[in-house]
Amino acid sequence: MQFLSYLISGLGLGSVYAIMALGYSMVYGIAKMLNFAHGDIIMVGAYVAFFAISGAGMPPAVAILLSVLVCTVLGVVIERLAYKPLREASSLAVLITAIGVSHFLENGALILWGADSKFFPSNIFPQGGPTIGSLTISWLTIITIAVCCVIMILLMLFVGRTNTGRAMRACSEDKGAATLMGINVNAIISLTFAIGSGLAAIAAVLLGSTYPSISPTLGAMPGIKAFTAAVLGGIGSIPGAFLGGLLLGVIENLSKAYISQQLSDAIVFGVLVVILLIKPAGLLGRKVSEKV
Amino acid sequence: MKKKFLCLGLIAALCGAMTACGSSAGSSSVSSGSASGTVTKVSGDAFKLGASGPLSGDASVYGIAVKNAAELAIDEINKKGGIQFELNFQDDQADTEAAVNAYNTLADWGMQVSLLTVTSGSGQSVAPLYKQDNIFAITPSGSSTAVIYQDAENNKDPYGNIFQMCFTDPNQGKASADYLAEHTDLGTKVGIIYRNDDNYSTGIYNTFVAEAKEKNLKIVSTGTFTKGATDFSVQIKQAKDAGADIVFLPIYYQPASLVLQAAKNAGYTPTFFGCDGMDGILTQDNFDKSLAEGLYMLTPFSADATDEKTQSFVKAYKDKYGETPNQFAADAYDAVNALAQALENSDVTPKSSTDDITAALTKQFTSMTFQGITAPGDITWNENGEVSKEPRAIVIKDGAYVSAE
Repeated sequence: MQFLSYLISGLGLGSVYAIMALGYSMVYGIAKMLNFAHGDIIMVGAYVAFFAISGAGMPPAVAILLSVLVCTVLGVVIERLAYKPLREASSLAVLITAIGVSHFLENGALILWGADSKFFPSNIFPQGGPTIGSLTISWLTIITIAVCCVIMILLMLFVGRTNTGRAMRACSEDKGAATLMGINVNAIISLTFAIGSGLAAIAAVLLGSTYPSISPTLGAMPGIKAFTAAVLGGIGSIPGAFLGGLLLGVIENLSKAYISQQLSDAIVFGVLVVILLIKPAGLLGRKVSEKV
Repeated sequence: MKKKFLCLGLIAALCGAMTACGSSAGSSSVSSGSASGTVTKVSGDAFKLGASGPLSGDASVYGIAVKNAAELAIDEINKKGGIQFELNFQDDQADTEAAVNAYNTLADWGMQVSLLTVTSGSGQSVAPLYKQDNIFAITPSGSSTAVIYQDAENNKDPYGNIFQMCFTDPNQGKASADYLAEHTDLGTKVGIIYRNDDNYSTGIYNTFVAEAKEKNLKIVSTGTFTKGATDFSVQIKQAKDAGADIVFLPIYYQPASLVLQAAKNAGYTPTFFGCDGMDGILTQDNFDKSLAEGLYMLTPFSADATDEKTQSFVKAYKDKYGETPNQFAADAYDAVNALAQALENSDVTPKSSTDDITAALTKQFTSMTFQGITAPGDITWNENGEVSKEPRAIVIKDGAYVSAE
């Protein structure tokens, strides 16, 4: 019973990682860049939802929509201003730029909102939860897992079945060829950033509700974990990000509970190293052979 | 003798200023000109007080509080006549390198006494410089033992010219264990959750465990976490399963609020017990105060204490800066006042050499008794620079801090 309760709280934690990892993975899959600012977009999303609800007194649903909107716009603007001019630059330059954007957002938030942590409103999701035997599962965990599944399925349908999705996959395969086929690569990349950042806002609301103390550095650690999850599952793959996130959350929680709390992060990253040694492309990643 | 002369001079200057105010508007501009000249001369005879702390960056809450309270204390002291201070507060962003730069700026300015730094890390990096130049310093809030000892591992080789206004971290652990041993009605089985990559938290934890052993307190579970951790469900579940009825949290208030939330989610209601890092938990924007109901903490300062000194400080601070002072502000206020008291009782002047000032202050601090707002009773220091004072136990009732006794 105890094991089950650790497992379920691990799944809840893992679902938040998974939603964040989806954002990392999509952007990497299509734009072939690591958007290290993703964690900080989540932070902005959490602050927007916070101010909308406890500052302006908006109903939670409106606040979530607003947060999604702001993050989407922010993601697209960042892409336009910081990443687009570097489309032809080396991937290292883009990576450093992403780190720069991340610092810019973090410090901007420090100036705007101060270093004092704020307490995320608890009225978005119902409190408590159903009890089965001696096991209580909070509604929040259930909602997080459910939202994560729905998002993953919708994304897979979108990328797999729609024309825009097909265009995305084409861009991911070969940008040059996609352009020749009449695909507007820049628009597709912008759209990818928009979707990834919108997802970040949803992750922000779930993260904020589960761990209600928010501060300008809130995105940093979960961001790294989510990135790890994306790599673990195979970066660029949507079901991979989902699986990686869930696995990471469960491994983290179980190793905290049964092995060592001091070593839990070391164990999480150790698992990553082992899996990458066995399967360099990640669990569900595709092996790409490069022409030399 | 010199001091009396200074007092007379001041009184004369004040009289001059008053007559100037009393005179007609036409002549006042001339008179006040001469009066302000005198004032400048007096402030030229002020002790040059240096300090550095984070005024920007994510620890700026602490630096700004210290700076505000130090300015408030200095305004009050300067108004009284007698000892005069001139403050130069540098921004060190709680960064060890920036703190050294700040020290150099202050040394060039001609600093004679100092509030050292606001944070422990910075204090640790500049303490050897203070020793080298033999400048007296009292840190309001640098609580690590490494700020006052050259060999902090064994608490040996104190700098001797560096004093602390706040408790050292180990002392807080000991005081907490003593308090719990005396108040068994709160509970007898202790669970601990601490941050094991943080000096403050591990410092308290280590002495708490040692003292708990002495006092036969039973520790039934120990949970740890590291910087940036957000998920405490496992630590809470373990404490709950171990049957802990007290959970000791030697951590800062932000992770503490997440621990409280995790406990609520798990339906776990032990008595939570924290140290001074818990101060500020109620002032978090939009904080759900019911989470902290019944939370105990040992802290040197409570803005709701009813004694006259605290009340007048809180009122003056609120009037000037529009917010309730935290314990960092209180520590700074006490540190400046303790300095003023020590200087008052010694025979050094701003014209004395820094060696003389340091010798006089060290002598005063190791022999005097100070009464301030960060302890209910007397405050004294030993020759190592450690403070000795009684902590206040505070409990949160109906969303407000209340004295626990």
